[in-house]
Amino acid sequence: MSWKLFELLVQASFYTVQISFISITIGLVIGTAVSAASLSPNRALSISGRTFVSFFRGVPLLVQLLLIYNLLPALGINVPSVVAAITGLSLCTAAYQAENLRGGFQSVPRGLLEAADMVGLSSFQQFRRIKAPIALRLALPSLVNEAIMILKASSLVSVVGIVELTRMAQDLAASTYRPIELFSAAGLLYLIINWLIAWGGSVFERSFRWGRP
Amino acid sequence: MNFDTNLIVSMMPELARAFGVTLLTWLVGVIGAAILGFLVAVARRYGSPWLAYPLRLCVEVIRGTPFLIQLFLLYYGGPFIGLSLDPIPAGLLGLAVYGAAYFSEIFRAGFEAVPPGHVEAAECVGLNRRQIIQRILIPEMTMLVLPASVNMAIVLLKETAVLSIITVPELTLVISAIGSQQYAFVESLFLLALFYWGLVELSGRLGRHMEARLSKYRFVTA
Repeated sequence: MSWKLFELLVQASFYTVQISFISITIGLVIGTAVSAASLSPNRALSISGRTFVSFFRGVPLLVQLLLIYNLLPALGINVPSVVAAITGLSLCTAAYQAENLRGGFQSVPRGLLEAADMVGLSSFQQFRRIKAPIALRLALPSLVNEAIMILKASSLVSVVGIVELTRMAQDLAASTYRPIELFSAAGLLYLIINWLIAWGGSVFERSFRWGRP
Repeated sequence: MNFDTNLIVSMMPELARAFGVTLLTWLVGVIGAAILGFLVAVARRYGSPWLAYPLRLCVEVIRGTPFLIQLFLLYYGGPFIGLSLDPIPAGLLGLAVYGAAYFSEIFRAGFEAVPPGHVEAAECVGLNRRQIIQRILIPEMTMLVLPASVNMAIVLLKETAVLSIITVPELTLVISAIGSQQYAFVESLFLLALFYWGLVELSGRLGRHMEARLSKYRFVTA
């Protein structure tokens, strides 16, 4: 396999990283909202939060992607396919992250919140200054895991025609008749990125000690 | 959406076959993955380092790369090294190997969670290695690994949808094909999503039921 092909794969892997990063970030925001909703005392909110989590964790990502990719145009929303792909990935990871964050929110010690009440923090301040930092720190290891899962899952967006790492390897394999080399190289790139994420996560976790209850 | 009952009836045999393929690949894939994963975990724990290190590398590689890439390598790369498989066997093999990497980690954690005192006691009364595995480790581990195994089985059910990409005629492939023939792509995909959702919820419930039933056999306390 020539360097030219490998270079194309590396370029495509940057696209893969971009798509995954954007999806994880959007997913974190939606996931926080969903976990707050499912923990809310309001029944309607908590049921819709839990239904969201159950649906997006219960349906294969491939089916979700195909559904969103075809649903948006049917609803008259014409967006580039990469937007549909990122929407699908974000919603899916939001459901998993909501579940992780829910565990984090639930393990915030009650005493801290009572103390915050006593000193007169508003409920938003309590969320921003106490609950969110603790929940995030507790959920960080699973967030790193989730980032690795999404990086791998992003290979599925190749089916809606996005030329990320997997699709690039597929196209090059078809035109060069060298599937073994190309898919192995693509796999190696995924491995390297995953190692980098895991390494970055462990460094970050060690330096991320604030807010420890 | 035009609701045509005749159309649905005429599709029934095809849908039933596709459902069969989904169930078959799932069940055979899970059983194959669990057996292979167990063997890998045993080999890594009790085998020679010459076996344990390469196995560890394989597990890491499989867990670090997308399932789709592994399938492509097997299905499109296989024929170049004399391994030409039809879609269904390729899918089964891919699913079993992929799942085995995760199952081996579940079993490894299970082995580690068995209190060493139990194994030492077994050694003291003169049980050999095979007896220890068979009579101490496996029964104690079963309870410990059950929740994670049910979870993995559900993950593999969802991964069977990916097999449609290498043209395994399972539900996702057949329903998308019917949907695009009938110009009802969104509706059929929506039904498909509901179907998987139901099956996943059902399996999760079954798993929790099984745990509750078996919990009376739990004698390892944390």
